[in-house]
Amino acid sequence: MHLALFFIFGGLAVLFALNLLLQRHPINSALSLVVVMMSLAVLYWSLGAEFLAAAQIIVYSGAVMVLFVFVIMLLNAGEEEHTRGSKVAAIAGLPGAAAIFCVLSFVFLSEGHKLGLSHLGGSLDEATSNISQISSLLFTDLLLPFEVTSILILVAILGAVVLAKKER
Amino acid sequence: MHLSDFQLFVLITIIKIAVVLVITLTAVAYTVLLERKVIGRIQNRWGPSRVGPFGLLQPLADGIKLFLKEDLMPMSVERPLFVAAPVIALACALVSVAVVPFGATFKIQGVDIFQVSNVNIGLLVILGITSIGVYGIALSGWSSNNKYSLMGSLRASSQVISYELALGLSLVGVVLRAGSLNLRDIVNSQMGHGFLSWNFFGGLQFVGFFIYIMAAYAETNRAPFDLPEAESELVAGYHTEYSSMKFAMFFMAEYANMLTVSCVATLLFFGGASSPFEGWLPAFGPAWLQAILPIFWFVAKVFAFLFLYIWVRATLPRFRYDQLMSFGWKFLLPLAMANILATSLIMALRS
Repeated sequence: MHLALFFIFGGLAVLFALNLLLQRHPINSALSLVVVMMSLAVLYWSLGAEFLAAAQIIVYSGAVMVLFVFVIMLLNAGEEEHTRGSKVAAIAGLPGAAAIFCVLSFVFLSEGHKLGLSHLGGSLDEATSNISQISSLLFTDLLLPFEVTSILILVAILGAVVLAKKER
Repeated sequence: MHLSDFQLFVLITIIKIAVVLVITLTAVAYTVLLERKVIGRIQNRWGPSRVGPFGLLQPLADGIKLFLKEDLMPMSVERPLFVAAPVIALACALVSVAVVPFGATFKIQGVDIFQVSNVNIGLLVILGITSIGVYGIALSGWSSNNKYSLMGSLRASSQVISYELALGLSLVGVVLRAGSLNLRDIVNSQMGHGFLSWNFFGGLQFVGFFIYIMAAYAETNRAPFDLPEAESELVAGYHTEYSSMKFAMFFMAEYANMLTVSCVATLLFFGGASSPFEGWLPAFGPAWLQAILPIFWFVAKVFAFLFLYIWVRATLPRFRYDQLMSFGWKFLLPLAMANILATSLIMALRS
């Protein structure tokens, strides 16, 4: 059951990621990205990280991508033309992607037990609550990074306000 | 024939889904009738009264009318998205009912029959699905290739994004009190002393409730926040170019969203399916009555919220766009944050 879900939504994510690159119209690309985000959320959920799945949907598909679509609609961007692309990308693109894929899969396969493994359908029951686990972790071991991140976001918001403010 | 546990689970779940879907769609149809009737009486006229006794068959007639109308599609629309938009809107509106517990826990063969699925993060699921529903509106306006539609959908999506924050933050107080995002747990946390233990009264969450209800009216694009379909400025807003069943799907999505909002308000602030006297009156009657009575209370509460929706629509004039934005960002959002602070302070002092 979980394996079937994994194959369906993993395949969907890859398919729409390719579609995102191949589409000519920006809005179709943005919508493909939404589908990718949502399939990723299903994968998180099937690994037992239901809070992460919900956060993925609410934050990325529900807020960030809506803003993307919104901006594309406002700018009324038309279809793009296919150019030849840069030479560097043509030469280094495929080998680079293959290299990154190899390095990542090597790290995950050989050092997986150190990073912490999760199994399909791992802790999907009513007893374990993701949220209490995450929050106790955030407010004990990871308190400093958590606070620093929130300050970073605050600085970003202030920057946006400064940029948006009218000159007097 | 003997069924295994899994087969039985699948069978019961499919039956549950079918029943809940049919009831939701019927409720949507009759909410439209209720709205026309109530607004009619408020404006000192009768409302629909010709089809069937008291006009009760009017939803059926409306459905047949919309179904048989010609399905026009303008030449210059963006075809796939134009067709997909109403489907997205309606699907998102209907799916969120799945996590709503509409009765007390009542198990048949180990399956809870009064809730389609009991999810750990039920509240977040509802919020997530609502935020996906924006795409239906945004895409409908853009793909119609019509300036009124585009303006309507831009207004709708900016409004939904802005009010989503206040909406989410207004619910945090309730989540803090229940210590869980599971809707069943949230309902159970409001049990014990009748209506005094509901979050609205005993939990002192009335500020959160009023923020929620105002933000939710804006989220569902209903009066007094119905700028996306302001007929005096935008013809009909984002669904200007839609006709026949595609228009009907937007229409149904709007009312299904109203229903969801009413359900969530009931669950989070008014004790869900529990009666206002539970804990005081002893349980009475046979087992089936005890299973049915909570559903009665749930329906009564949801009905009250739907009535409030209609009442508000008939009473208040529409906001201006800048008023809408400053109300959401400068009033509701800080108030929701203050509510979280106050709730957590009181909880910390009490513990």
